[in-house]
Amino acid sequence: MSSTVLFDTPGPRARLRNNALTLLAVIALAALAYFVYVKFDQKGQWQGKIWKPFTEATTWTEFIIPGLLGTLKAAGLGAVCALAFGAVFGLARLSDHRWIRIPAGTVVETFRAIPLLLLIFFLAYLAPSVLGSGDYTLAALVAGLTLYNGSVLAEVVRAGVLAVPKGQSEAAYAIGLRKGGVMRLVLLPQAVTAMMPAIVSQLVVLLKDTALGYIIAYVDLLNYGFKIIPAVFFGSLVPAAIVIGVIYIGLNMALSALATWLEKRSRRSRKTAAGPIAPPGAVGVGAGAGLPEQSTM
Amino acid sequence: MDDLIKYAPDLAAGFLVNVKIALVCAVISLVLGTVLVSFRVSPTPVLRAAGTVYVNVVRNTPLTLVLAFSALGLSDTIGLTFSEEPSTNGFWLVVLGLSAYTATFVGEALRSGINTVPLGQAEAARAIGLTFLQSLRLIILPQAFRAVIGPLGSVMIAMIKNTTVALAAGYLADSAFVMKDTFDDTGVSIPIFIGLVLAFMAVTLPVGFFTGWLSRRLAVVR
Repeated sequence: MSSTVLFDTPGPRARLRNNALTLLAVIALAALAYFVYVKFDQKGQWQGKIWKPFTEATTWTEFIIPGLLGTLKAAGLGAVCALAFGAVFGLARLSDHRWIRIPAGTVVETFRAIPLLLLIFFLAYLAPSVLGSGDYTLAALVAGLTLYNGSVLAEVVRAGVLAVPKGQSEAAYAIGLRKGGVMRLVLLPQAVTAMMPAIVSQLVVLLKDTALGYIIAYVDLLNYGFKIIPAVFFGSLVPAAIVIGVIYIGLNMALSALATWLEKRSRRSRKTAAGPIAPPGAVGVGAGAGLPEQSTM
Repeated sequence: MDDLIKYAPDLAAGFLVNVKIALVCAVISLVLGTVLVSFRVSPTPVLRAAGTVYVNVVRNTPLTLVLAFSALGLSDTIGLTFSEEPSTNGFWLVVLGLSAYTATFVGEALRSGINTVPLGQAEAARAIGLTFLQSLRLIILPQAFRAVIGPLGSVMIAMIKNTTVALAAGYLADSAFVMKDTFDDTGVSIPIFIGLVLAFMAVTLPVGFFTGWLSRRLAVVR
């Protein structure tokens, strides 16, 4: 029984009204589902023969799993490079030297503002003219993902270090540590715990953005689903789209669940004096708590 | 530099398409997001569940897939068309996909906004006898909107940048497509890329500053 403050615990009349509304909602949703079903049916999208390929093991081993590996390869490389980029530039923005801080800030703010697809296109066209001919789709995709998500992560790192209470660094300086030691031994270990949820949320964004590789013809899950499978099994576009959609959603939901779990853990944690950093673009939840937090799953 | 000047009219026309998509999507996604969030807090469990499922499914799907599906799946295979004219049809398919995608982020931002409204406000609304819809419309949502203007600005900036993915829906008119097309002609051109990036910044930065200013101005003082 979920309780919320937006409406009272229903009395007899409200219960009746709620039941009527529930019935109406069910009818409306069922009508919508039926409409979609009929539309799909008219175009023969429920025919067994276009769905059959997905029950055969070879479809999975030859198309879907290689596509998934392509996506995971781009996401994995992108994640590692973006984390490194984010750590370097996040710390550089906190530097005491202006000649490090300002260029780092410019780089981060610029790459955050560029539409990712434009950046990837540009890199995909730039690479052959600079490095000679070859297949640079993966490199362009990973470089684009690194520059954009790395810049967002740099902001997360900066916010994480700044969220550690000042007393921590003051105490560290007081016991005679130098700048590097304060950062390495005191600030970073606490900041990492605080920024873990935000980092994982950004990795979900990165994983979703690997699908942009489809546009520059990188052979990923989306490419197999929308180009290769419909070409091999004629007419299977909608089933393929649904199957790969479910795979993407499953992967992202698993990562999001990890982020939620990490956030709960870091809220309880006594290893850090800093509260969890809100994921970039997320909204801080104030003290009001007008509604019970619904699970994100 | 010569390339930039030579292709400037094409690029400007492409960029105008991005702006047009962004304007229409902003309106539709804000409306759809508000409806979505009222579903998610409503007293009717079925609507709550429908809202939650929609948000979690669409938010976790890559935008490229959403747009490619709206063109190749919904339009080509199922036969959903907005217009006989292919370019008009493509435009509305992009708007459909991008609005459906952006609305989930608008809805999530508003839901956190509702969480910032103090308990007493909702209790007082109930105490003076307002119904659920009345208290949502008159008390809760106005305060929730004011609390999340900044985050909504970030959502809108992300949406403006996402208009470049339009060519995944086979709508070959926006600036990303024009840039690719130009690069096919002339080879890579750094001035063209920088020109387009500056054009996008010229739109996104004011949106950021404006929503920042507005959120400070309209902040609910408690």
